[in-house]
This record gives sequence, C-alpha cells and structure tokens, in this order.
Amino acid sequence: MSADLLGLTGAQAAAKVAGGEIDAGELFGAYRERAAAEKLNAFLWVAEEAPAVADGPLGGVPLAVKDLFCTEGVHSAAGSRILEGYRPPYTSTAVRNLTEAGATLLGKTNMDEFAMGSSNENSGYGPVKNPWDETRVPGGSSGGSAAAVAAGLAPWAIGTDTGGSIRQPASLCGIVGLKPTYGAVSRYGMIAFASSLDQAGPLTRDVTDAALLFRHMVGRDPCDSTSTGHPEDIKLPEAERVDGMKFGVPPELTGEGVEPGVKEVFEATLKLLEDLGGELVEVGLPHSPHGIAAYYVIAPAEASANLARFDGVRYGPRKGNGDLLSLYEETRAEGFGDEVKRRILLGTYALSSGYYDAYYGTAQKVRTKIADDFRAAFEQVDLIVTPTSPTVAFGLGERTEDPLAMYLSDALTVPMPLAGIPAISIPGGLSDGLPVGIQLAGPAFSENRIFEAAHALEGAIGFDGSSARA
Amino acid sequence: MIDREQVLHVARLARLRLSDAEVETMTGELSKVLDHIEKISELDLDGVEPTSHVVELENVLREDVPRPSISREQALEQAPDSDGTGFRVPSPGA
Repeated sequence: MSADLLGLTGAQAAAKVAGGEIDAGELFGAYRERAAAEKLNAFLWVAEEAPAVADGPLGGVPLAVKDLFCTEGVHSAAGSRILEGYRPPYTSTAVRNLTEAGATLLGKTNMDEFAMGSSNENSGYGPVKNPWDETRVPGGSSGGSAAAVAAGLAPWAIGTDTGGSIRQPASLCGIVGLKPTYGAVSRYGMIAFASSLDQAGPLTRDVTDAALLFRHMVGRDPCDSTSTGHPEDIKLPEAERVDGMKFGVPPELTGEGVEPGVKEVFEATLKLLEDLGGELVEVGLPHSPHGIAAYYVIAPAEASANLARFDGVRYGPRKGNGDLLSLYEETRAEGFGDEVKRRILLGTYALSSGYYDAYYGTAQKVRTKIADDFRAAFEQVDLIVTPTSPTVAFGLGERTEDPLAMYLSDALTVPMPLAGIPAISIPGGLSDGLPVGIQLAGPAFSENRIFEAAHALEGAIGFDGSSARA
Repeated sequence: MIDREQVLHVARLARLRLSDAEVETMTGELSKVLDHIEKISELDLDGVEPTSHVVELENVLREDVPRPSISREQALEQAPDSDGTGFRVPSPGA
C-alpha cells in the first residue's frame, strides 16, 4: 500500500474519492490487504471483496466494525464462543446509517467478550496486541477497533463504550475515541451488555474524522425507543483556539492513582489549554471516586439479564446431555469465558432477593449523585478535562489475575456513562514511548463543543501517530 | 463478602454450571470485588432518587399495526436444532 494512501485520514480519503483523485475500489483493496495480513489479532473477519458502495459523503472509505454490531450474513459474535458462527439476519442501525452514507464494511474487530474488559484479553478469540508495543494490551473492550486504526489496518472504526470501552483503548493506542451522549446513536442491533449505559461511537485518527463519522451515526430510531437522535447538526470542527472557554479540572479524577508519566502529559496539556485562551477552574466531582463501585453493580446486573438469552436454543453451539437443564447449564458453562461468568454471578447476586436494595438500589442512588455532581460542575465550566486512563498501556497478562485491579483501569472513564454525558479521548503525547490520552467531557448533547475544543487542542499538541502505522 | 454456598446458589439461578475449582476462584474474586462495592453503603443517600435511566423519556409508542418482519425460515436458520417450524429442545419433563 502506498504511503500516500496510508497517510490519509478518513475525511481526506473521502474527499479524494469524491474529487476523483483516488478510486474507492483501490482504497478498499489496499486496506483489505493490510487487514488480511495483520499480526495483532485485531480482526475476527475481513471482507473478501469490496462491497457495493453507496453514493455518499463517506466516499467508499472502508470501515472497521466492532464484532458486537450485527451485520447481516456476516460474523457477529461479540467476541464470544457462545455465538461462534452466528450470522445475524439483520444489520444494526449504526452500521446501516454509515454504509448508507458511503462507508464500506472492511471487517469485524476483536473485542473483550460481550464488551466486558479493559484489555481485550477476555476475547474468546485471543488477545489483541498494542501496535505501539506488542507485549502490551491495546485496552478494551474495543481493543481490536483501536489497534486497527492505530496500526493503519483501517482508516477508521466504530466501537461501543459502556464504562470506557471506546475512550480507554483509544487512549492506550494513541487515537481519538468518542463516547456520545446516551441516546444519540441507536443501540438497535448492538449485542447488549448494559442497556442503560451502552453507546456506540467512532474511533479515528483525528477529531475531524470522529465528528464526520459521528454525524452519520446519530438519529432517532423507531427500533430503539431510548434513542433520541441529536438536537444539533454535527459540524466538522475548525477551532484553533479556545478563547473564553472554561475547563474544569476535578481533583478526584486527576490525582490519586494517576501514574507520574501520565500526570506529566496531562499537566502539559493544561498549560496548552491556557496558551490557547482557555481558563482552568478547579471543580469538585465528590462522588466520582464511587463510580467503579456503582458501575460494577449496575452493569453486571443489566448484563445478567441481557445474557440470559444465550442458552443454546435459538443460535450458537448447543451442549448438554439430553435434558433441558443441562442444555442450558452446559451451553453457558462452555460458551462463556471467566469474566462473563464473574459478571453474571455478580449481577445475579446484586439483583437477588434480600440484596437488591443494598446493592442495586444503592448503586442507582450513587448514579444520581454522580450525575448531580456533573450538573453542578457544568454550571461553572464548559468542559471537564482529565487524563483518560490512569496508566499507559499495561503488559499482556499483568492484570488478568486481579479482576479489581483491571476494573480500576476505568476509574476515570466510568463516571461519564453513569451520567449519560459525552466525552472524547485524544492523544496528548507519549510517556516512555507509549501514548497518553486526554479526556474532555461535556454536558449532554455538547458534542459540537467537545469537537471544537478537542480540535484546537489536537492542533496545539501535534501528536504524531505515524510510527504505529509502519 | 460472599461464601461458597451463595456462589453456588447464584450460579443455579443464572443457569451456569461451575466446576469446583471455579467455585473456589469465583468466591475469592467476587468477595474482593464486593468489599470494594460495599464502600458505597457508607454514603449518606437518604432521600436521593435512584437513576434507572439517564434519558427522560416516557411512553414511546407506535401505531399498533403489523409490519414486515424476518421470516420463520430466517429465524430458524441459525438454530442448533429445529423441526422446520420451531426450535427443538428436550422436553422439560425429560
């Protein structure tokens, strides 16, 4: 593949296709070849040939799609062995919207099983390697999508974020990832993890690409009654300064647990925001440190109900020794991996008789307090800025023996989905050669504001991700 | 804290068969996670309304008219066992 082609962002490639400078089929073929030959285990399925291209603003630019998005007739297993071989009879709304706008389906990307994980090591199809250092994790759960974009195996990708599953891998792989406002994008056809938190969003090389993909993902969908669409037209950001904008810096999400190298990049970023005309204001998010605890009640509780449907009756492999109970129990015992079992048990326990109020009821109240904290903060500031992940990419195997340590990887990203608000992660720089992500969060439906500020900051940071695409 | 018996009880409710070794590991791991979770019980949450959903929506309705849907053949295509008209499973009484 020519360096010229590989060097283009999604938006640049779409413009060149539209201008007749490059051929969509050639572009697809070049990425297909890279994706088919990759050694990171980022893809679970790669298209054999270029699909028909719809005329549209995405110009036939190939798209990598997380395995949990249903795609008609194409492998969609959510990274789980319990759905091995599953080919859904319909396509998710998010993917359909993007292909109708001209994107072409390049492949399905690896992920933590049912989106449960922060390292991609919980995939039923093997872990993904980080293109910056192949002994390290790409983050999760959208690890395959993040690694594919960072390594130049796809120009852009989509994933889903429940507690950080777009932003944390984007951070660890040195790319941009947006978790939209809950409801902006339809969840129809996304294999569900935690329905009150799950939200689809873009993983891209830069902020403009994220805005462009997001523009074509949003919309109210009669097939998802919790979808609202977006009240604003999504603009491609142009800002180079952030004059007059106030950025809240919460001590709860920028201090304890954040490793020194990450803190250094974060502090340099705060300085850049001031140079660009922004004002820094300390804001309190006193309940955010309880986010992980609340999340690990609510998300597993919802998951335990959502995953009840995987029982060997209608799809996927079937096990058991002739009776109905063993059919259920053996199919689930063999089909689910350890982390999924752990969360089903945790969620079932939290919802079980005698424990419901103590766990689920309390966690829902903490969720209210976390959302109230954000509401109060956004009366003082336009956006909140934090590191995305407390650490850079960690080693493969480093946290697999300690579920709680793995859960705490998401400490800085979990409060936003609990409050339903949008947040982006953009690369802020390197620490010991590994990417550090900066997170900007805003009130519900403030994606345009987030894109503008992120675009200005991106220009000032001047992050170079090309070495990971070599 | 959660003990072995509780893990086995919850596993039965969730239709998950666990090996003895899994019961052992899960009991330890889940206890550690629950210890962390239980810190939220120290918060003063009197009078706080629970949040079950972040979007304020109510009664999203549609007209009650039939619409096209996937065919029976498509629905059965992925079935591990089918008689052509429905999903086949062992009798619950077997």
